[in-house]
Amino acid sequence: MSVNGLDFSIAIGGAAGQGIATPGNILARMFGRRGLHLYAYNAYQSIIRGGHILLTLRVRDQEVLSHGDAIDLLLCLNQDTMDRHLGILGPGSRVLYNSDKVEPGEPPDGVVLCPMPVAELAGDSKNKLIQNTISLGVMMSLMGVDFSVLEEALELLFKRKGDAVVEENVTKARGGYDHAAANFEPFSVPLPEGPKPLAMWTGNSALAMGGAAAGVKFYAAYPMSPSTGVLHWMAQHAHELGIMVRQVEDEIGVALMTIGAAHTGCRAMCATSGGGFALMTEAIGAAAMMEIPAVFITVMRAGPSTGVPTKTEQGDLWQVLGASQGDFERFIVAPKNALDAYNTVAELFNLADRAQCPGIIISDLLISEGTYSVDPDVIEIQPEIDRGDLLLDPSPNGNYLRYADTESGISPRVPPGIEGFVHVVATDEHDQDGVIISDEFTHPHKRRRSVEKRARKFQGVAADCPPPTLEGPEDAEVTLVGWGSTYGVIREAIEILAEQGLVANQFAIKWIVPFHAEVVEEVLSSAKRVLIVENTHSGQFARYLRSETGFSAHGHIRKYDGEPFAPHHVVEGVLDLLKKSEAAVHVPYQEIIV
Amino acid sequence: MSTAESTAEMIGLELVRAPESPKEFKGKVAPDWCVGCGDFGVLNALQRALFELGLKPHEILCVSGIGCSSNLPGYLNAYGMHTLHGRSLPVATGAKLGNHKLNVIATGGDGDGYGIGGNHLMHTARRNIDITYLVMNNQIYGLTTGQISPTSRPGMKTKSTPEGNLEYPINPITSAIMNGATYVARGYSADPKHLTELIKKAIEHKGFSLIDVFSPCVTFNLDNDFAFFKPRIRKLEDEGHDPTDWKAACEKAMAWGDEIYIGLFHENDRPSLDSLEMVLDEGTPLARRPLGLSKEQGEKLISRMM
Repeated sequence: MSVNGLDFSIAIGGAAGQGIATPGNILARMFGRRGLHLYAYNAYQSIIRGGHILLTLRVRDQEVLSHGDAIDLLLCLNQDTMDRHLGILGPGSRVLYNSDKVEPGEPPDGVVLCPMPVAELAGDSKNKLIQNTISLGVMMSLMGVDFSVLEEALELLFKRKGDAVVEENVTKARGGYDHAAANFEPFSVPLPEGPKPLAMWTGNSALAMGGAAAGVKFYAAYPMSPSTGVLHWMAQHAHELGIMVRQVEDEIGVALMTIGAAHTGCRAMCATSGGGFALMTEAIGAAAMMEIPAVFITVMRAGPSTGVPTKTEQGDLWQVLGASQGDFERFIVAPKNALDAYNTVAELFNLADRAQCPGIIISDLLISEGTYSVDPDVIEIQPEIDRGDLLLDPSPNGNYLRYADTESGISPRVPPGIEGFVHVVATDEHDQDGVIISDEFTHPHKRRRSVEKRARKFQGVAADCPPPTLEGPEDAEVTLVGWGSTYGVIREAIEILAEQGLVANQFAIKWIVPFHAEVVEEVLSSAKRVLIVENTHSGQFARYLRSETGFSAHGHIRKYDGEPFAPHHVVEGVLDLLKKSEAAVHVPYQEIIV
Repeated sequence: MSTAESTAEMIGLELVRAPESPKEFKGKVAPDWCVGCGDFGVLNALQRALFELGLKPHEILCVSGIGCSSNLPGYLNAYGMHTLHGRSLPVATGAKLGNHKLNVIATGGDGDGYGIGGNHLMHTARRNIDITYLVMNNQIYGLTTGQISPTSRPGMKTKSTPEGNLEYPINPITSAIMNGATYVARGYSADPKHLTELIKKAIEHKGFSLIDVFSPCVTFNLDNDFAFFKPRIRKLEDEGHDPTDWKAACEKAMAWGDEIYIGLFHENDRPSLDSLEMVLDEGTPLARRPLGLSKEQGEKLISRMM
């Protein structure tokens, strides 16, 4: 624990089924209540029992931008964890393990072993997960936190299970706490307290809650990692918040149910991952053709095909860009963290409603399943809601043209059920009145008018999307470009580079469509050296950037092993690429094997 | 209270004149189906059923997929959605849940509903959502100029099966019953009066209704044309069939020879999805409720994150 600002990481390793989530949650909540910032990344596998999980919780006294480069406290719930990770620990770090069952091996210099005699400390407890509770007691002691903090957390967590369970957990945690106080040297600086308590959420819960705040009344999904958290949040809050939540037979049905509900005037949303999104693609074009606004979320994982379901990647960019046949308008946006994801949902719904077209959010495992602290006061509970030209008042007039060819291209939309506006929407090309012009009434001039009308309305609304901005000093030696989830780790890498005397800045892309090509080209062409950081092998984003702007970067830092960038990966990539005279690709080495 | 009165009242509109004849349910354009197509009879029966139920065009949403018969919403004076091939049912389901006061009718063909959309039919049936599904079954792919469909008979020669169809057809009636549909009927487009009654009852039924309609293709299926059906068609009501007896219904539905049955095969009163869904208890359609979170709701959500 450094004296100059808190930066402290705890990692808990074990097998699936060993109950890592519970101590993880207790610690996260405790840090939040203490007013400390947190980001937690859980490296796990697609397995319900066994395998290896490593949960990293990083705590700071300022915003946590990534899971970081170091582990200060490693809790090994099994031998496997010890064998895998002991070697990567640095001086001053502590390793907790059950000395009855786990052999420590040879620690690197300065690493302090903290053996816990779990059988002795557990006493007569029959609870198989009691070592987690004991470990929490030990950790509190090492971090210099008063035991009452843990006692309160345990009471809160276990009160539903009755006094006996609370009593047992508190007693055993106390045993661990006292054992540590008597036997282990605590970290030199005790865990501080921040100015005010912080809340905790995952990217998925932020997306779901963002939907609720934006007025989503219909949510559909088929379970698919790493997007399932959105479904779980929605299902849990459906009744309380009046949101219809449906688990559907496949993602084709998901997307089309969403569109059906959206057509009646609901704000409707769905989420999936790449494989499910592939099934949704035809529907997205249908929404565009019928001019029905709806929001589709896709949470990327490592592909192709089933790929690595529990690992992160940014390899679905071109899938999303190419989703659905034909030439049509839709928004595509990639938030950079949980809070941004929350805010983006309402923002996107407003744009989609105004332009009457689909909106797509690209998240990834790193954002969606990551746990972030958030200042509760910055969560905008009632974001601005703009439904565009949605009419709900009956009219006796009867001369309604659903697809009226207006100057803006926006045709006032009236959902079914409203008297006086009866019309048919179609996925076939159609005239202003909705009558299809794909068979008997095919007409090239009408077709051209329809295509231009849809393009015009989109361009008008898209002009309100904010262009990307350069973050950091303008005259930097290096400009790092990323999109979506790499925002945080790039920002942190830039801080580290600054400490080493290298001035870098970041140009983070959030809006994929509209891309603001002119702004992007202008910024990048005046930068000294542009390096693109992305989680793909082939450089999907680099290709997209080139296709939209003609700009080719001076180097690439690419990671595609399933694990996210740590700050030092980016730092090393920058330093390596600066030595090259021609554009090259730097691929960081993943040290932590999970 | 008639369906018309109750619907209008629930939508919150004053009652205005209901159509004075089925003709008022004619759409903006006339059908472009082949002369003699079975789908004309289905469209006429639907327009008559809507008229006889006293419904008004804005109270109806007709959702179709793609295919000759899926052009139907364009020929009907009602709100309509002409969606994707095989996807009428999920769209119709979403629309019904978004505004459960609408009378939602899905229409399409056998390829659309039993082929590419077959998965949705199974799940819509078990979901038992209150929509009416009219399938114009001509046992052929017409708009793609004549290939076998999931209901084509074995041995049938088409452009995709020049040596004859080797596959066994799906039975929409037994499938729908097995999957939990609560109103399962078969009509015949050359008997519009009988079909009209089936459609009326299906719309009034609270739950998922499937009406499979023999609607012969006069251009591409010369095996199962009007001449084929005419001598074979028998009505279940003439046989004293009990629609609550699902086993007898399945036996009758399997008959395919000198006697082929039409009529109401099965009906039961299992509650519909929309009636069970607590989120709809409040009554107002989701699509007409205020958007977003109240301050209290938001504060409660945030307090749980602390």
